[in-house]
Amino acid sequence: MKIAIPVDEKKLDSSVCVSFGRAPYFLFYTTETKESYYLDNSAVASQGGAGIRAAQVIADHGTKALLTPRCGENAEEVLRKSEVLIYKSIAGTAQENISAFLSDQLGLLNDFHKGFHGHA
Amino acid sequence: MHKRQIKIAVLSGKGGTGKTFVSVNLSACAASAIYLDCDVEEPNGHLFLKPESVSQKPVCTLLPVFDELKCVGCRKCVDFCRFNALAFIGKAPQVFSDVCHSCGGCALICPCGAVTEKPREIGHLECGSHKNVSVITGLLNVGEASGVPVIQAVLQEGSAQTKDFVVIDCPPGIACTVMESIEHADYCVLVAEPTAFGVHNFEMVYELVQLLKKPCGVVINKASAEHTVLDDLCRKEHIPVLCKIPYSEKTALAGAMGQLVSESDKDMHRIFSELLNRIQKEVVQ
Amino acid sequence: MKQLLILSGKGGTGKTTTAAAFIAFSNAQAFADCDVDAPNLHLVTQMEVEPQKSSYFGSQKASIDAKKCVGCEICVTHCRFHAIQKNGIACEVNALSCEGCGVCTAVCPHQAVRMEDDIAGDLMLYQGTTTFSTAKLKMGRGNSGKLVTEVKQAMASSVQGAELAIIDGSPGIGCPVIASISGVDMVLVVAEPSLSGISDMKRILKTCSIFATKAVVCVNKYDTCVENTAEIESFCKEKDIPFLGKVPYDSHVSKAINEGKSIATVESPAQAALKDVYNKVIRLLEL
Repeated sequence: MKIAIPVDEKKLDSSVCVSFGRAPYFLFYTTETKESYYLDNSAVASQGGAGIRAAQVIADHGTKALLTPRCGENAEEVLRKSEVLIYKSIAGTAQENISAFLSDQLGLLNDFHKGFHGHA
Repeated sequence: MHKRQIKIAVLSGKGGTGKTFVSVNLSACAASAIYLDCDVEEPNGHLFLKPESVSQKPVCTLLPVFDELKCVGCRKCVDFCRFNALAFIGKAPQVFSDVCHSCGGCALICPCGAVTEKPREIGHLECGSHKNVSVITGLLNVGEASGVPVIQAVLQEGSAQTKDFVVIDCPPGIACTVMESIEHADYCVLVAEPTAFGVHNFEMVYELVQLLKKPCGVVINKASAEHTVLDDLCRKEHIPVLCKIPYSEKTALAGAMGQLVSESDKDMHRIFSELLNRIQKEVVQ
Repeated sequence: MKQLLILSGKGGTGKTTTAAAFIAFSNAQAFADCDVDAPNLHLVTQMEVEPQKSSYFGSQKASIDAKKCVGCEICVTHCRFHAIQKNGIACEVNALSCEGCGVCTAVCPHQAVRMEDDIAGDLMLYQGTTTFSTAKLKMGRGNSGKLVTEVKQAMASSVQGAELAIIDGSPGIGCPVIASISGVDMVLVVAEPSLSGISDMKRILKTCSIFATKAVVCVNKYDTCVENTAEIESFCKEKDIPFLGKVPYDSHVSKAINEGKSIATVESPAQAALKDVYNKVIRLLEL
């Protein structure tokens, strides 16, 4: 299955970005093949709705699970309706989060912050 | 002789200088006036004017509605939206109302006529009266981002009435909400306080008023004999100082209790009546 | 790093004065002025370095090429923001009213309209022994929520090892205030004991609760109306909002501000009361 993580740099040992909608890059990782690729986040420079646009991109790539420290209400709605599960990431690198996810150590993200009208 | 209606906008760069204090008292002193509260995030004029026979009117913006049956999934609307307010989920796009600017672009761009628009309430108007003053207050719903459509509704409601004076109580600052409020004003009254912060922000709002080529004058509020920086600045820039209202604990307390000092205090009534006359003279020139 | 945001709802209640005092009390390594419409914090904080300046790009604005425009005014009819007017033969966009939606670029039959970058403000970052981030929005611009976010980000990304950041907010409850609330650990609402002040305080507290951010209250210039101060105190008690104290009206304050100093450096009743509120804030922030 394909999972996605917002990252600060285009490498597996990058730290996970504190923001989802305004992360500079997204890492897409396929668990069966261990293949990965990165995408520049086009939402980063938006005035507003960054989470919505980022969520659309994540969903369009056939992602089944998103690992992120936080997520807004609007993005959550897009992801949920597109059947993408949202997990709360842990402090550490993207690789560490992938390992934690694969060994069932990550829990689902439960609280979604209100949209900051795209200013967060 | 047919009297021309005079629209006076009352503004200040800094908050708390006394825009509402000046606006409500000016309105109360006029024989016929409309008071428009355009500080739609934090409207306060109604606390002083205590209008009666208040009716409410919703203020709405438009929100797109997507017909799943007509939508072919081309996503032209999603790609077009510069505010990222649309996401394509399942069979049709979905709009996120808190980010939508109601520009109508998605409806225009759709090749299949799948997009229509419906009204969404973002705030409301409260219309009433206090003696000879029509009081129109705009209120933006908490959580909404932009007060501009509510300000437009307040101004439009005000334009339906013909009274001698229109007093527009503006939001603080110099952002788009202020610009919207003063767009059709004949004259701008800049309320300033003679403190370091007050002078700094006064310079800002004066710049805005000049940019929009509006004639203006200054009311120095909470004035004290010691601080003359503002007087000096006005003299240097040839900005008329319309009046100086001295700081007094009595006035401050009356204000804190929501009293209309021009009705309860003879001296205050005289100050505001004279201010109104002075403004009228400035406009006629 | 913990972030404390100072808001009020109403303008002129004493946010900046309070922020400046807290910055001095805490020897804060990082602070920011998010009142981008009317920034004042720099007037009472002495920075020994020159700031790094950068441009803030707001939403793109439409621009009409007068050579291609035939004056058909189709754009004027479709613009929902009344931002386009015919000026002579060609149409012109008023950058101050343009919201950057792009509808005019889509409807123009002669491809005469383009969207262009627009500098909507200036960001300033002072990095000396302390980090101070501030900005100034250009006249009439909107979308200052995004600028507020950039001010905070500039502060957060340039500071290392700071325990506490103090953020001076703006009046109101709209976009820029909402943006400033994002990610802060606590909001201190500085209330004014007047009918207007109470009404505005309630609206800002409601805004904080919608965005699930902890808020605490203090009253400034409390002795200008003790009845209203009591009303604020009981409102807070009723709503379970921590009421941290009352600061008296004190002529030392405006004197200090006019001299470009923080009240924290002047022994006075206001200084003592503010210090007391500050200590309570620190305890609540668990610092």
